[in-house]
Amino acid sequence: MTIALRRLGIRLPNVSYRAYRVWQRNRDVYLRLWKAEAIWPLAEPLITLLALGLGLGNLITEAELPGDQRYIEFIAPGILAVFPMWAAAGECGWGSFFRMENQRTYHAIIATPVSIEDVITGEILWGATRGFISSVYILAVTAAFGLLHSPLVLLVPVMAYVAGLMFASVSLSYTSVARSISSLNYFFALFITPQFWLGGVFFPLERLPEELQVAAWFVPATHVVEIYRGLVEGHLNLGHLGDLAWIAVVAAVFYYVVLISMRRRLIQ
Amino acid sequence: MTNIIRAHNLVKRFDGFTAVDGIDFSVRRAECFGFLGPNGAGKTTTVRMISCVSPVTEGELAVDDMDVRREARRIKSILGVVPQEDNLDPDLSVRQNLAVYARYFDMPRELANQRVDESLALFQLVEKQHEPIWALSTGLKRRLTIARGLLNQPKILVLDEPTTGLDPQARHMVWQKLRYLKEQGVTMLLCTHYMEEAAHLCDRLVIMHQGRILVEGAPAELVEEHAGREVAEVRASGRQRERVLAQMASRPGLTVEEVEDILYIYARTADSRAQMADLILDSESVAYHQANLEDVFLRLTGRGLSE
Repeated sequence: MTIALRRLGIRLPNVSYRAYRVWQRNRDVYLRLWKAEAIWPLAEPLITLLALGLGLGNLITEAELPGDQRYIEFIAPGILAVFPMWAAAGECGWGSFFRMENQRTYHAIIATPVSIEDVITGEILWGATRGFISSVYILAVTAAFGLLHSPLVLLVPVMAYVAGLMFASVSLSYTSVARSISSLNYFFALFITPQFWLGGVFFPLERLPEELQVAAWFVPATHVVEIYRGLVEGHLNLGHLGDLAWIAVVAAVFYYVVLISMRRRLIQ
Repeated sequence: MTNIIRAHNLVKRFDGFTAVDGIDFSVRRAECFGFLGPNGAGKTTTVRMISCVSPVTEGELAVDDMDVRREARRIKSILGVVPQEDNLDPDLSVRQNLAVYARYFDMPRELANQRVDESLALFQLVEKQHEPIWALSTGLKRRLTIARGLLNQPKILVLDEPTTGLDPQARHMVWQKLRYLKEQGVTMLLCTHYMEEAAHLCDRLVIMHQGRILVEGAPAELVEEHAGREVAEVRASGRQRERVLAQMASRPGLTVEEVEDILYIYARTADSRAQMADLILDSESVAYHQANLEDVFLRLTGRGLSE
């Protein structure tokens, strides 16, 4: 069947279990550097909860937020969503670009039985793992603020992994066409940062003008934040399945895109 | 089959540019086979096709009786690749670099450990095994890169400019290791534009130019056939140069090649050495040397820079 498809110009991606070898490589590097890597996912949510949650939050009356929450309670689920987004996207943005172009790690790996598709898959699995790790740190910080009550929050790291797959795929897709490491700035400034601020983390989306609300719906982070609100507040509903489906679709589309575009870039 | 690599009418094109233009060659088991040529000759591209990291545009290429188009993973599992660029993992230690690489070949941990120990010992890296990569000299990095390429005990070791940028001591150390590996029966492919290296290591070689193979043979045969025995290297310009060239008409046994401001005069046969002896070489400097591969290379690929 493979040959028949190839005649039609369709090439099945050559992905195998060896993607795990790439994941292991990244894990080994991470374990050597983990102390320095731990500082961001601990410091950032801590500072944000202090500055916005407590500082700014004191200026906001509870009646303005859904469910009469305190502001710090309102932003906690969002923070659990967006910092791991940064972790996963950053790993498959700057991290992957650096491995690919500066360290030539991809070139070293594809000289072995590991295929380029395995490398891509391993990188995405690892990017998602970075999201997972980050979410565990942030869970600890938010728990220390006494903001977590529902047992459903135990699903947060799982969800961070799933969302991480999506953010990592999108980010690696951009990396696969980036010419230089500084051109990644466009991606982070114009795609990731707006999701961070406008994805419904810091204010209810209903406060945006209507057109922007529609736009926000298409933004992946919005759906992740929605699911996290369900998990942290302890009630999930069918709407969350729709959010999950949206995440799965975006992840699948960009995974396919990056498989093709990386092969084009590296296998010449 | 004694040929471990067979290429027939091999072509590689990039967007209209033909890097490899229909070449034929075969590599025998356990020999060291060299690809020589100026930059852009197509040698690295050829080797990348053999290593299954660059798709073949046209023609046939089989490695250990496997088609590169169909069995990339299996071929890559019997190759050891030593790239021109340094692509060691800078965040890992010397030992971890090897251990991580062994995993790409699905080596069980115990076997990998054993091979890593052997490699470290063979390349005299045991004392450095816990050092980070950035602390290594260029020579040590090269040794580590070669050690890494040998972890899977490859049938074919692919070396792309293995000693470029090394000092003479480090270069000789690498050559000694490569000779040792050849004695162990490892087939080697060597890409180089370093003639002394090719003469030193290769059993047979091809000289490539503009995507084609110009000649193929053992280094000594090629020297004998294309450069002869002795070479006079004469630096001359203006009238001196004309005077030297004027004497050539009466000396059919000599051949002249002009490279920049130097005339290379080749004595191809025993009696032509006599013609060389009574040449009047009144010029800025004259040096004689035994003909070598570099002479063959310059004669065949022409003078001046190709880029």
